[in-house]
Amino acid sequence: MDPKPRLLIVIDIATVILLIIATAMVLFYTPVERVMGLVQKVFYFHVAAGWAGMLGFLVATISGVVYLITSNRKYDIVGLASVEIGMVFALINVITGSIWAKPIWNTWWTWDPRLTTVTIMLFIYAAYFMLRAGIEDPERRARFGAVYTVVGFISVPLTFFSARLFRTIHPIVVGANQPGATGAFDMSPSMLQTFLVSLFTFSFIFISLLWHRVRLGKLEDKVEQLKYKTME
Amino acid sequence: MIRRTERIAKNYLRALWSVVYKDLSMELRSRELLSAMLVFALLIIFIFNFALELDVKTRSSVTSGVLWVTFSFAGTLGLNRSMSMEKDRGCLDGFLLAPVDRSAIYFGKTLSNLIFMVIMELMILPAYSILYNINLFYPGLIVVILLGSIGYTAVGTLLSSIAIQTRTRDILLPILLFPVVLPVFIASVKASSSILSAIQSHQVLQMNEIWPWINILIVYDIAFTAIAVMVFDYVVEE
Repeated sequence: MDPKPRLLIVIDIATVILLIIATAMVLFYTPVERVMGLVQKVFYFHVAAGWAGMLGFLVATISGVVYLITSNRKYDIVGLASVEIGMVFALINVITGSIWAKPIWNTWWTWDPRLTTVTIMLFIYAAYFMLRAGIEDPERRARFGAVYTVVGFISVPLTFFSARLFRTIHPIVVGANQPGATGAFDMSPSMLQTFLVSLFTFSFIFISLLWHRVRLGKLEDKVEQLKYKTME
Repeated sequence: MIRRTERIAKNYLRALWSVVYKDLSMELRSRELLSAMLVFALLIIFIFNFALELDVKTRSSVTSGVLWVTFSFAGTLGLNRSMSMEKDRGCLDGFLLAPVDRSAIYFGKTLSNLIFMVIMELMILPAYSILYNINLFYPGLIVVILLGSIGYTAVGTLLSSIAIQTRTRDILLPILLFPVVLPVFIASVKASSSILSAIQSHQVLQMNEIWPWINILIVYDIAFTAIAVMVFDYVVEE
């Protein structure tokens, strides 16, 4: 296996330092929100995790398109890696959101468009794993996976719009993205700084994880090839 | 030059039509697909009847939901069967050997799936009407059902041709299809229920209430047909 690239080591160290700084900022630097109290602090990592999740699915879609055009195995590895990482971050996003929503909205869950969309995305990418698990031929697995990431990703905005329309016609549920929605607040400068640092940190975590996972994927590939060789 | 494009278009349509014709004539002889879809759909309605206790009051709010759940479940049954038939009997390889554009095969399969689905729906509607003493034959509702079915079969045909080539092909199609087709489902249910509630309360249908849903359906149909045509080559290539 190739030695760990120098740049990756730098990114790893930077990620750890950034994560420590971001955590410290969330805990000690930001003020406690007046209405919501301490639970509001979940917001910084909640949005950052959502961002990293979306980034993962976006990268997966782009590498899916590139794979279909070039048929280069490398892009399949990148696609799988970013879906896996995106899933983890999207789950963190949903769980932290629920923790926040329980005291603020007085419910763990509402059928708000954002919640619905993130969850349906989790379903789409869970289906993606099941699809891959059902195919033995690596080339075909990569091809079908790429097709499904493209089809799935394009349906996501439509799901969002139809879920939003669903609500604006029937304004029953607690609002989240409308003016006067429950749980909205204005950010003070220190909040905004922490928020941006969190976004930056999570982008770094994403890049570092992706790089590690791609290296692992290449190793997996090599093992699979060696297996075929010894079987012959 | 014009004659040449004309000839190409003619050949293309002929290839498309022969796929549809093959499916229809096969179905006319065996009747296995439609009968299975129909019986399954009726069974779902019966189950709903007891699960939701469909009395007059409940019915007014859930009719469109019940109908669309029935359509989509019976639809997956049909999609899976229509594609695995191709795989089992080696038809798919025959298709791929034919010197025609692959998208003609896709459109042919989609069209025949759409025809089966619409026939099933047009038989379920009177059955539901008789069972619950409510008239469901309104042009608006038929248009919504048609638009919804187009989107459903456009994606469904693509994904079922993926699903049948996997090891887990019997269970995979609904898992792949339902999360992607959710916008169609939401839009169709909402549009149908607005139409039905306007009719039942004897009011004039407010068009501006259902236009957004119709628009979503149209956008979905166009976008996903386009994507499916673009990626279908990669799905069937060996």
